[in-house]
Amino acid sequence: MMNIRFSRKQLCIPYALFLICFVVLPLAVIVYYAFTDGSGRFTLENLLSFFSNGNTIGTLCYSLVIAAVVTAVCLLVAYPVAYVLARSGLKRGPVILMLFILPMWINFTLRVTALKEILTVLEGNLSLHPFLNTVIAMTYDYLPFMILPLYTTLLQLDESLLEAASDLGAGPAAVFFRVTLPLSMPGIVSGITMTFLPAMTNYVILDMIYNSTYIMGSLIGSYFNIYDWNNGSMISLILFAVICIVTLITGRGDRNNAENRGAIL
Amino acid sequence: MSENIIELKNIKKVFDDTAVVENFNLTVKKGEFVTFLGPSGCGKTTTLRMIAGFEFPTEGEILLNGEDISRIPPNLRPINTVFQRYALFPHLNVYENVAFGLNLKKLPKPVIAEKVRRVLEVVDLEGFEKRKISTLSGGQQQRIAIARAIVNEPDILLLDEPLGALDLKMRQEMQLELKSMHERLGITFIYVTHDQEEALTMSDKVVVMSDGMIQQIGTPEEIYNEPKNAFVADFIGESNIFEGRMAASMTVEFCRTQFPCVDNVPKDTRVDVVVRPEDVLITEPGKGQLTGVVDSVVFKGMYYEITALCGENEIVIQSTRSAQTGSTIGMRIDPDGIHVMPAGVLMNVFDGTITKDGRAAFAGGEYACDLTQLYEGSHRSGECSVITPDGEEISLAGMEVTVEVPVKAVSMSDEPREYRANGNIISFIYKGSHYNYTVRTADEEDFVLDEDDLWNEGDHVSLMIPEDQIILKRKQGAV
Repeated sequence: MMNIRFSRKQLCIPYALFLICFVVLPLAVIVYYAFTDGSGRFTLENLLSFFSNGNTIGTLCYSLVIAAVVTAVCLLVAYPVAYVLARSGLKRGPVILMLFILPMWINFTLRVTALKEILTVLEGNLSLHPFLNTVIAMTYDYLPFMILPLYTTLLQLDESLLEAASDLGAGPAAVFFRVTLPLSMPGIVSGITMTFLPAMTNYVILDMIYNSTYIMGSLIGSYFNIYDWNNGSMISLILFAVICIVTLITGRGDRNNAENRGAIL
Repeated sequence: MSENIIELKNIKKVFDDTAVVENFNLTVKKGEFVTFLGPSGCGKTTTLRMIAGFEFPTEGEILLNGEDISRIPPNLRPINTVFQRYALFPHLNVYENVAFGLNLKKLPKPVIAEKVRRVLEVVDLEGFEKRKISTLSGGQQQRIAIARAIVNEPDILLLDEPLGALDLKMRQEMQLELKSMHERLGITFIYVTHDQEEALTMSDKVVVMSDGMIQQIGTPEEIYNEPKNAFVADFIGESNIFEGRMAASMTVEFCRTQFPCVDNVPKDTRVDVVVRPEDVLITEPGKGQLTGVVDSVVFKGMYYEITALCGENEIVIQSTRSAQTGSTIGMRIDPDGIHVMPAGVLMNVFDGTITKDGRAAFAGGEYACDLTQLYEGSHRSGECSVITPDGEEISLAGMEVTVEVPVKAVSMSDEPREYRANGNIISFIYKGSHYNYTVRTADEEDFVLDEDDLWNEGDHVSLMIPEDQIILKRKQGAV
């Protein structure tokens, strides 16, 4: 039999090819379009027009607000759920967790359509509460991404640390705020990253619930729909920069707890 | 200094229908160093956790300075714990860890700083305030864990196998340090360990536990010199354990020889006899009380460990003089080297019922037995019925009985068979000529039995009992 051996470098080749084709090249194309005009000449016009247009700046701010609200709501809902599932020793804990994760197995379109029907029954005309509906729909969609990392971190939390805190005189609230919460920071950061970023861009959900709310994703989509690839690319690039900044900020918070990394991301 | 700081009264703790601690009674005086000693799973850590407040006793009360605290949560008890694996907060630095309890008490910042500085001096880690926990060695983490507990000036300091994770040299150093810390601070220490040397070295009082119950409470000297039963003798130090019988009130017979002893036990009582290896003195052949053949000699540094065979009994001797393997030696045991204690279990007693096919069902097994014992003078008439001398036929199916099986009658096998009771060996003691095993079945019944061969703790075995060795008795009030 032939003895085929791969060096580690050779094993990297497929992944390197993948990354070049689907990450580096598209990014280069976006950068190229962002800094050229329709006829391919270099220009900063696209950048300037983004910042001189009140509409686009407004959309950016509004997207940030929506993403922040959705993330906050997700966190507020997910933390107690994850805490109960991970720490209260429920016999059926994993099953209940599964029920929270289960919607992820159902087709996205179907899920949102179902939600739309429910909201229509409750509210009548969906366009009357655009902000509320946006938050509800996105929270519904991203909740599992918040629950999972929190659940993982809380599950790994060493019971003896909580006992130590209470032994040293901490009541239940003090145990939570001085030990449980700080030690679940890695999970919180993972959850925020996995919720905040998509929430800024996913306009498909909004389209599907007939929502007039305009977020960054919708803005980019609208440019590409009219074949203005240059402006669309520039906005994508700006969004990319915003996301980089957010990641850096949360990443710093995370590094302070580097010893306790363990959440999935 | 003689007032009782803590009293445990009739403590019982049940987990999932199994009692892990039972009948626990203990009083601890202020400033004492008390150690709970026992093999793993004996309930010592559970007892400690009940004192700390992490578990509440199922029954009984814990009195701290005369007040019942058994239902008070840990944060309201003036008791602090040093955890087995330290449980230091990884998100806080050394200073914040040590100051944790003081911060909760809302003490002024300078007071906290001063207290932390002083306690770090006590544990010899000055200047470590800003260090991250993860940068500390095991020994340093240990000291921080102690500092974090004693800085709160608790009435009682609980230590749960605090030295278990350290290497031998570090452990011995910390033992001495803890001991001197105890003397300097004047805090009551309650210490849990499975290491008998640690317990004997450090404690004022040792509580030996096994299977959820206290076996003996005493000073290290008492525990070592006057063990109360074969378990304690076997667990603490090396010992020869023999089965014996009192030949007269101050004379005990074992190894087919009569020895004068200092224990006044009625004649003919069955007893266990414990002799420490260093109490067996080698004499010229024929000049001692026992004569034996040297089976092995091992040099142990301070002494030779000599094993001699004397009839079917093996005797371990510690002597500064060596002996020739195969040679015949005499052995003498002085009266104060002989410790007589009540014999362990001689009879296994179970609740059982008679099955339809005439077997006795008990402890998860069914055994053929002689049913005629239930009615004097009767004879068997059917599968499960007997005819009494009066000619009355009695069906015994479903009858509740007391089953007694002598320890000597039971034997073990590693093949499970239908009808046999099965269980795991939970403990054993070497008794000179044989091993004395305790086998626990799935429904928590214990069989005690003797075997010549060595089995391992945890082995799964099935139990064989000859038909004519099963003693059946009718339960009072039963049909």
